[in-house]
Amino acid sequence: METTQKLIQKASLEKLYSHLSEQRKIYAPVKSSDGDVEYKYNPVYADVIFDHIRSALSVKNLVFPKVETLLFYSNTKTKTTVTETDINKIEEVVLWGAHPCDTAAFDTLRSIFCWDINDEFFLKRLEKLVVIGLSCHSSDEYCFCTSVGLSPDSSKGSDILLTPLKNGHFRADILTEKGNRIVVSDPELFEKYSKEEILVTDVKQKFDHKQVTKKLATAFEHPFWVENSLRCIGCGACAYVCPTCACFDIQDETKGKNGRRYRSWDSCGFGLFTIHTSGHNPRSVQSQRWRQRIMHKFSYMPERNNSLGCVGCGRCSSGCPVDMNIAEQLEALQSI
Amino acid sequence: MDQNIYMPHQMEIENIIEETPDVRTFRLKFRNAGEAEKFTFKAGQFGEYSATGEGESTFCIASSPTRKGYIECTFRKAGRVTNALSNLEIGDTVGFRGPYGNTFPIEEWEGKSLLYIAGGIALPPMRCVIWNTLDLRKKYKDITIVYGARTVSDLVYKNELKEWGERSDVKLITTVDPGGQTPDWKGEIGFVPAVLEKVAPSSAETIAILCGPPVMIKFTMPVLKKLGFEDKNIYTTLENRMKCGFGKCGRCNVGKIFVCKDGPVFTYEQLLSMPAEY
Repeated sequence: METTQKLIQKASLEKLYSHLSEQRKIYAPVKSSDGDVEYKYNPVYADVIFDHIRSALSVKNLVFPKVETLLFYSNTKTKTTVTETDINKIEEVVLWGAHPCDTAAFDTLRSIFCWDINDEFFLKRLEKLVVIGLSCHSSDEYCFCTSVGLSPDSSKGSDILLTPLKNGHFRADILTEKGNRIVVSDPELFEKYSKEEILVTDVKQKFDHKQVTKKLATAFEHPFWVENSLRCIGCGACAYVCPTCACFDIQDETKGKNGRRYRSWDSCGFGLFTIHTSGHNPRSVQSQRWRQRIMHKFSYMPERNNSLGCVGCGRCSSGCPVDMNIAEQLEALQSI
Repeated sequence: MDQNIYMPHQMEIENIIEETPDVRTFRLKFRNAGEAEKFTFKAGQFGEYSATGEGESTFCIASSPTRKGYIECTFRKAGRVTNALSNLEIGDTVGFRGPYGNTFPIEEWEGKSLLYIAGGIALPPMRCVIWNTLDLRKKYKDITIVYGARTVSDLVYKNELKEWGERSDVKLITTVDPGGQTPDWKGEIGFVPAVLEKVAPSSAETIAILCGPPVMIKFTMPVLKKLGFEDKNIYTTLENRMKCGFGKCGRCNVGKIFVCKDGPVFTYEQLLSMPAEY
């Protein structure tokens, strides 16, 4: 679909928000009690914030929940019954005000979950999701979207992208059919747009991802990995806050006769992630696990999934308890 | 749902063989006849087997695709899932998802001799292809099987070893580690690489298929090289930890190679081009 541009007055946003939340569950950025920003179900427009740089967690849980039930079962002495979870019950959701790094991550996740065979759980959630993106008017030292081929106002993954204007209003880029349906149902809110100055932050490019990918092809045995992972405590926080990390575990959870099989977020940073039954572990030390994380995102995924496994949101670095900074490391990696 | 890729087939345990005190073989039959009808697999492929309520575990399909109507798997009681599986009885239900992964290129091997080398619990991933080629015996020249275990009681498939030993068209050499023999043991005594060196099978027009613990592979490879086997004519399987089986959960990769999709069958030539992360 060809992109069209409209103007939304700031005062119209509340109307749009309340119309959207009448029909569907709406998730938006709000300040939590401890001061962090989180995207959560929030029908109250007054609580929505527009000035955040990044939320503590990404929004990937909307398409890849922390814990997703794959099937239910019941075991009796003589019989095992397994039943489907009904994915048709997955509700329509509007994601409001997600920044371009987070919206771009939906495409990245699709390249993993729809590689070779489709994961219907993921696809259904994505199909039911409407994304109202919000270009970034501020950034900080952890942001590096421009190093991974994105920008503070890139529209990838959004159905409608809102970009703040100097005059206090917003430009709305209508990018998909889903986005267009919203315009059609509220036509008076979307006014004619004539070129205005936009209010978008400048994110400095720190490295060239193509250069990094090229370098990684021959860097497997380089001492770089040991040197740069000595501090890593293998806590897995980087994977949990990452919008594109998709590694998961599958477990059974039983209460009495009944239970469910679920998948849950996991991390390649954990020592037990790859351990064999025999006790042998192909990635037995932290440097091998750190290398796997970087290699997977910047070398294996470009080759195997035709996508880059990083959107430059900076959460892994801002959230790391021992201050490992991925952008700084990749910058350094370019010249090893 | 259109297709829940995590939904296992429900299989009935038709038979259980106690291979060793802690290794069992299940013969599994589809409970749903329609699913049985549609199911096909090839030698080398694997599946996710579940003890529903405890979880899933990854094993190869140990029976040959030439034997229709059932699949077999062999596992050692080691963790939560395999312990639960061990407690099941004939008639109980096991979940099965699969088949996943690539296959042994047995069509390419036609007209050649085959040398199978296995250690301990690594005979099961090879049993499928052994039976597959034995069932198509005329297509291959000599078939030699070298199988070793720590002790006599650790040898799996004892009935089949007896059968292979009695066949005139199979050369079977069994061995146990020094000290693992019983008074009536008639096979070799010694580690697999040493026994292989002693037997010295010809590498001419021969494919070697090797499965075993990493230490056995490490010491067997130089022997095969010495016997003149080319890297591209040596096959093995990798057994990395898996959860999904189809390239999404992120566990089994060796560099950019996903064992679940690109493997589990690899040539030694391929292994040499991969990082040593297995």
